[in-house]
Amino acid sequence: MNYAALFVSAIFVNNIVLAQYLGQCPYVGCSKEKGVAFGMGTAVVFVIFMATGITWLFQTYVLNPFNLGYLQTIAFILVIAALVQFVEMFLKKVIPPLYRSLGIFLPLITTNCAVLGVAVLVQRKEYDLITSLLYALFTSLGFLLALMLMSGIRERLETVRAPRAMRGTPTALIMAGIMSLAFLAFKGMIE
Amino acid sequence: MVVSSVVTLLALGFCASLVLAVASRLLYVKEDPRIAELAEMLPGANCGGCGYAGCEAYAVAVLNDADVSPSLCVAGGREVSDAVAALSGKAAGSAEPNIAFRRCERLEGNVAPRYVYRGIGTCAAAAAVDNGPFQCSWSCLGLGDCEKACPFGALHMIGTLAVVDPETCTGCGVCVRTCPRQVLELIPKKGRVRIHCATRAKMKAVKDVCGVGCISCARCVKKCPAKALSLDSGRLELDHEACLAYGPSCGEVCTQECPRKILRAY
Repeated sequence: MNYAALFVSAIFVNNIVLAQYLGQCPYVGCSKEKGVAFGMGTAVVFVIFMATGITWLFQTYVLNPFNLGYLQTIAFILVIAALVQFVEMFLKKVIPPLYRSLGIFLPLITTNCAVLGVAVLVQRKEYDLITSLLYALFTSLGFLLALMLMSGIRERLETVRAPRAMRGTPTALIMAGIMSLAFLAFKGMIE
Repeated sequence: MVVSSVVTLLALGFCASLVLAVASRLLYVKEDPRIAELAEMLPGANCGGCGYAGCEAYAVAVLNDADVSPSLCVAGGREVSDAVAALSGKAAGSAEPNIAFRRCERLEGNVAPRYVYRGIGTCAAAAAVDNGPFQCSWSCLGLGDCEKACPFGALHMIGTLAVVDPETCTGCGVCVRTCPRQVLELIPKKGRVRIHCATRAKMKAVKDVCGVGCISCARCVKKCPAKALSLDSGRLELDHEACLAYGPSCGEVCTQECPRKILRAY
């Protein structure tokens, strides 16, 4: 599979939120405003990229040689959580502006299923390191795209007079379904 | 298998915690402990009355910048400004207590509606539709944007007018910035005279639509002994400092002179 196909596949065809249904929590929870959505999206890109890299190395050089593959899920959670904590401290010390913009989102997505999902998926697909990192980057960009689309629509819907019971999250869930249907149109375009 | 997985995870957890422990030492960021203490002291409503993004932002600014006054927190009043001054080692100024005041008497003046507004229920939206649903295009719109914005719950819509509760109002100015009509204004709590109209319209236009609107006759401006009143592009403005500085008899002349009784003594 060439990288261009991987790009289209990870962002549109197999979008992590809209086709694989991972990371629904930040998708609904952090999509009320575009600014917040962008902060969350970039934090997810950052964390998925780093987490996939480190878990790939961990799987290849620790779990596989010792035949500990069955510990994958729990070990990945541990590694990712420690990594995010470390990155948070590192950013606070070395790049304070980035810490201020990503700061509150980093701990929130530590154990998000999208992060763990990508780390596990690249193992199932048996990608090499470069392909894994690119897959992680494209997938998380797909997440950012979905989040930005959702927040854009929700900002516009704020001024619509919806029935009281449907305001907020119920509308967001319906829209998530409709967006998911729309992305279904990409199915079959590429594997 | 049980033993090996337990041992592996223990080892893994130990390694991770060791890395984090070392990192927290190496990457320790020294933060001024006074910031947390100060943020605790401030009201914590993040109203923005001080001009900073929130209480914490103001706490950082007042400790790091010598030019930032310790008495900017209008919501906290005297108590907080004294405490902030003590903690930051700055001279305590006096935070003059302000209060929000509605410069409109639409009900008293019997301002008639021009059309029935049935749009989005906010003043900002109503104001955008052909200058609002009232004959007077400077009046309080009565849809309660200020009530929703007030972080202290000091504003209430009574009838269709915003009413400020002087006890709970802290003078933070959030409502003043929210009001699309500039009907609300911050004035010193002890101000002697208040202007009950915010119009910029001309004499006849006001007289036709409102029983108590300012007709810009400027009698008060001419008679004021303290020269505290002025017409600012058609709208009457009062310099409260000059008014208060003049002395206790200030506030008698203008309130008597005003033919529309929009200047009232307090």
